Amino acid sequence: MKALAARRHHRLAPVVLLLLALLVTGGVYAALDPSPAQADTASTADIETGKKLFQANCATCHGPNAEGTTEAPSLVGVGAAAVDFQVSTGRMPMQMNGPQAEAKPRQMDEEQTAALAAFVASLGAGPAIPTDEQVDGSKGDPANGMALFRTNCAMCHNAVGAGGALSEGKFAPPLFDTSERNVYQAMLTGPQSMPVFNDANITPDEKRDIIAFLDEQDQGSAGGLALGSLGPVSEGLWAWIIGIGLIIGGAVWIGAKSS
Amino acid sequence: MSENQNPQGPSRDVTRHDGHGTVAQTDRFVDPGVPEHRPRLTDTDPKAAKRNERIIAILFAVSCLGTIGSIVAYFAVRPDGTTPGVRLSTVLLGVAIAVSLFGIGFAAVHWAKTLMSNKEYVEERHSSSSSDEVRGVVQQGFKDGLEDSGIARRPVLKGAVVSALALFPLTIAVPLVSSVGGDWNVGKFRHTLWKKGTRLAYDPSGRPIKAADLTVGSVAHVIPDVPAEERESHEWITEKAKAVVLLVRMDPRDHKRDHREGASYDGIVAYSKICTHVGCPVALYEQQTHHLLCPCHQSTFDISDGSKVVFGPAKRPLPQLPITVDSEGYLVAEDDFNEPIGPSYWERLK
Repeated sequence: MKALAARRHHRLAPVVLLLLALLVTGGVYAALDPSPAQADTASTADIETGKKLFQANCATCHGPNAEGTTEAPSLVGVGAAAVDFQVSTGRMPMQMNGPQAEAKPRQMDEEQTAALAAFVASLGAGPAIPTDEQVDGSKGDPANGMALFRTNCAMCHNAVGAGGALSEGKFAPPLFDTSERNVYQAMLTGPQSMPVFNDANITPDEKRDIIAFLDEQDQGSAGGLALGSLGPVSEGLWAWIIGIGLIIGGAVWIGAKSS
Repeated sequence: MSENQNPQGPSRDVTRHDGHGTVAQTDRFVDPGVPEHRPRLTDTDPKAAKRNERIIAILFAVSCLGTIGSIVAYFAVRPDGTTPGVRLSTVLLGVAIAVSLFGIGFAAVHWAKTLMSNKEYVEERHSSSSSDEVRGVVQQGFKDGLEDSGIARRPVLKGAVVSALALFPLTIAVPLVSSVGGDWNVGKFRHTLWKKGTRLAYDPSGRPIKAADLTVGSVAHVIPDVPAEERESHEWITEKAKAVVLLVRMDPRDHKRDHREGASYDGIVAYSKICTHVGCPVALYEQQTHHLLCPCHQSTFDISDGSKVVFGPAKRPLPQLPITVDSEGYLVAEDDFNEPIGPSYWERLK
């Protein structure tokens, strides 16, 4: 300590202190600063990587410059949100032609998805990937979300988001395992058969309310066995096969003679 | 107990002749009677009887445990307002009560089947009518009463009592029929809240819709723009049920035809959401095919082609609401629907 005390008046002491202060400030800032959203980090390098990935994986159908072909729509102006939704759920790249592109294990990792999104976003203005704040269901109002879901979503996705059938093999997928970010992006971009619910129709706050309502559904039904929440089909099957089966079994047992 | 005896006299046997000779045939089965009584294991083996007694006692004991369990569950696990809490409480209570009731039921049936007497008894039916003597007394009572009232001699009273009794049911029937019928004015099916200049608003928030806000591929569920207090009123739900509209913006190049001439605005079409089949809300819109699907019976309307029915039991296209844009850029109705919305009814005449 004495040595330290002796050097307190050294002429380099302020410089050393200044350096230390800068280091500490920088370190604390780096630790506490929220990581910026993906969309903001799109660099030229990302766009270049994305372009290469696009030409290798997507250009066959969407055309070399994403201008669209007879097989697939143009991606100019669909925005980063649409790319992130399609690629992070594994819907794109598409495995085969069918009534609709189905979710499957994702083919691109986070970085590749971000690069692809950056490339497509660079082609024309479109909806950006929502921030974590925008999709945080815990900040939404599930009651308002329910009213909105009932009006706008429930006819296809079922009253609690269990999914449902559309025409000719198409279907609205169940939403139980869909991530909050993907739910938001789907409303924003209207993938495949789903219509677009832009921010004028369902405001960002209302979208978050809908996510909050869907989060509530993870807890299941207060009544016990939900039977897939599919309504009369599974409930009827249960009542007719198992319920009536048990009653018939009981009647046979009561009527049978004891040996 | 009775032995099998045919209570009727000699059976009515007939003799038939066919081409080959005479065949005697009986037209009734011989009553096989009650099968021979066979003792159960518990009737003959005291050990088996003892074992079944134990089983019954155990079943009753299980029921007792179920009852105690339900009371414990009631006090120990109170529904705390959360979904899992309510579910836990309900499931525990339900299982405990089921165990309690099934225990009693199984024990009672098992008891009756194994230990109670299982001999076959025959109880002959007896006549259910009263004896002639009793009937005579009652008839005499009526006759005496009638005589005493003198109704045959006093025709005014006869008319009065019949009128009073006949009129009384009206006190119930008139209010009942009147409230069931309610309003017989079917003309109101022809009109909705929409009229020239009514703005289109988002359901349920009630915000008016700007044409510019609808991007291609967008769909909006629409109610007429009315003051917020009107949306709280009792009549609103009836009016809303008639007035709901589905608003879709498609690429104008995809839009082939309007159902009502000139009703669309720049690829924006507004169709009644009430199915023309039996009135379900048609709202499953497939953005890529422009097909609108009814969830009840799969009627499918092509709204790029005048909401033509392309599949299902619906018979008519959905009525189209004529829309345009006001000076501030908001979408407004140009008129009410020009045909009744929803399913057919007798007076529809169309």
